[in-house]
Amino acid sequence: MTLSVYIRHQFSGFNLDITFDAGSGVTALFGRSGAGKSTIAQAISGAFSPVEGQIVLNDDVLFSSDQRVNRPAHRRGIGYVFQQDLLFPHFSVRSNLEYAFRYGRRDTDTSKLPAMLEILGIDHLLHRRPAGLSGGERQRVAIARALLSNPLLLVMDEPLSALDDPRKAEIFPYIERLRDHSKIPVLYISHSVSEIARLADHVVAIEDGRVIKTGSAADVFADPNIVPQLGLQLAGALLTATIEKHEDDGLTKLQSASGPIYLPRLDSEIGQTLRVHVLAQDVMLSTLKPENISALNVIQGRVSAIKFGRGPGAIVSIESSGNTILARVTRRSVQALNLEKGSNCFAIIKSVSVAPNQIGRG
Amino acid sequence: MLYFGEQELAAILLSLKVAIWATFLSLPFAIWVAFLLVRRRFWGRAVLNALVHLPLILPPVVTGYLLLMLFGRAGFAGQFLNDYFGITIAFQWTGAVLAAAIMAFPLVVRAVRLSIEQINPDLEHAALTLGARPITVFLTITLPMALPGIVVGGILGFAKALGEFGATITFVGNIPNQTQTIPSAIYGFLQMPGKDQGVLTLVYVSIVISVSALLLSEWLARRVQKRMHGQ
Repeated sequence: MTLSVYIRHQFSGFNLDITFDAGSGVTALFGRSGAGKSTIAQAISGAFSPVEGQIVLNDDVLFSSDQRVNRPAHRRGIGYVFQQDLLFPHFSVRSNLEYAFRYGRRDTDTSKLPAMLEILGIDHLLHRRPAGLSGGERQRVAIARALLSNPLLLVMDEPLSALDDPRKAEIFPYIERLRDHSKIPVLYISHSVSEIARLADHVVAIEDGRVIKTGSAADVFADPNIVPQLGLQLAGALLTATIEKHEDDGLTKLQSASGPIYLPRLDSEIGQTLRVHVLAQDVMLSTLKPENISALNVIQGRVSAIKFGRGPGAIVSIESSGNTILARVTRRSVQALNLEKGSNCFAIIKSVSVAPNQIGRG
Repeated sequence: MLYFGEQELAAILLSLKVAIWATFLSLPFAIWVAFLLVRRRFWGRAVLNALVHLPLILPPVVTGYLLLMLFGRAGFAGQFLNDYFGITIAFQWTGAVLAAAIMAFPLVVRAVRLSIEQINPDLEHAALTLGARPITVFLTITLPMALPGIVVGGILGFAKALGEFGATITFVGNIPNQTQTIPSAIYGFLQMPGKDQGVLTLVYVSIVISVSALLLSEWLARRVQKRMHGQ
């Protein structure tokens, strides 16, 4: 699957000028509120026609201002999950799920229904009405409904933003399971750094209507230059590790290319590969191998880049056996430790500083 | 006491017939126009909106006169209908239906329009992204969700059609047993001595029909609402 998007449109006081490609897996469109993300989603799904642009899905031109093509929304084959659930209130959950079979794309097949119900945990809700469901349940039904229409691409526009934190935590594992079980590529639109750190394969970062960085999630999160856009508190690289053992004292031991990592007990099974979003501000640096410290995770590497901001801080990027760690330290510490590109260095990460929502699957 | 003479009965039956026909004649057009006004942006939208509201703001007699100009024997539309279909509607009960439907039209449009405005357009877009054609989306999402407004609009239109007087009497006259509705019968009786009983009877009947229609609409709207937002 390839989606290639080019959109130019002038709003009053705001210009959108976007070009990006998306392949299979989850491509995250990341940016702050008002960066133009939802407009892009609407243009792709056919709810909005930009002045200038070209949107091509698998060699199929959906929109082209040059060729004067504007395929109507119902013939684009693009599933859409909105910020709010938008279930049809006068239909039962089952009828909502079957809407595409009954009234929509004829090539949909009902055989996927049981599996979908199980993955999203909604099999017990079939006979209920949307008004009787919780926000998290409604959004799960909305996701299932979109997927059951057999789209070529699923666009999810801030699907969790209307939910409170416990609901987000409840629904997130379902979305991860979907990503792992369904072959349908996803364009996931979000302003949440932690959602994207857990979920995305590729990231398209957007600011003020422009693309500022694209690449694999690991590359984008490891780039010290993108730190201001992610926000100092939330910036941090992704570390890939596999669960090796659940230990007796409540810790889980993971193995990464850079050595063992100990984290508070995780629910996942042994052998599961995880990605850990290590926040730059939780990482401490040392030029000597630290001894007699309480932090359990020490990763040895070399400094690959140092980026100074306008304030007293600096972001130090450390390469270690293919992994990158970002550390946010003071300018003063960089000077005191004599850190420069190529310096040997130890990154120290406290186990308890990694929260469950910083850990994604795969 | 109540007195149901031949003329009173004829007026009551004709009024019901005219009001029911007028309601069902104006409803589909009103739903269509309301949908256009809310959901579509097109050239001439403001003109259409003004045109729809014209019967509401013009003196009814003027509307009746315009109808007569248009649909009378010498009128453009009247001649056309007569020449090609052999139909005359001026001074016929069908003309009363047309007059009542036109007078009721703005009220029906307003009620339907309000309820379509309540529908989140993203719901319709969601249905489109599931592959449903626009006409299917209209029939399965927009129309059922606008049903409370359609019910209210229908009842309002019925009540208005039942009470229509000015345009009707101008366009089709006040011919007993042919074009005489309840309001024009009451007006006629008031001009004649000794018809007090007839007037009173028709007044009572009007009240009963109108209140019944109102109660029916409340009951229907509640049922529809429950169906729509029930758990």
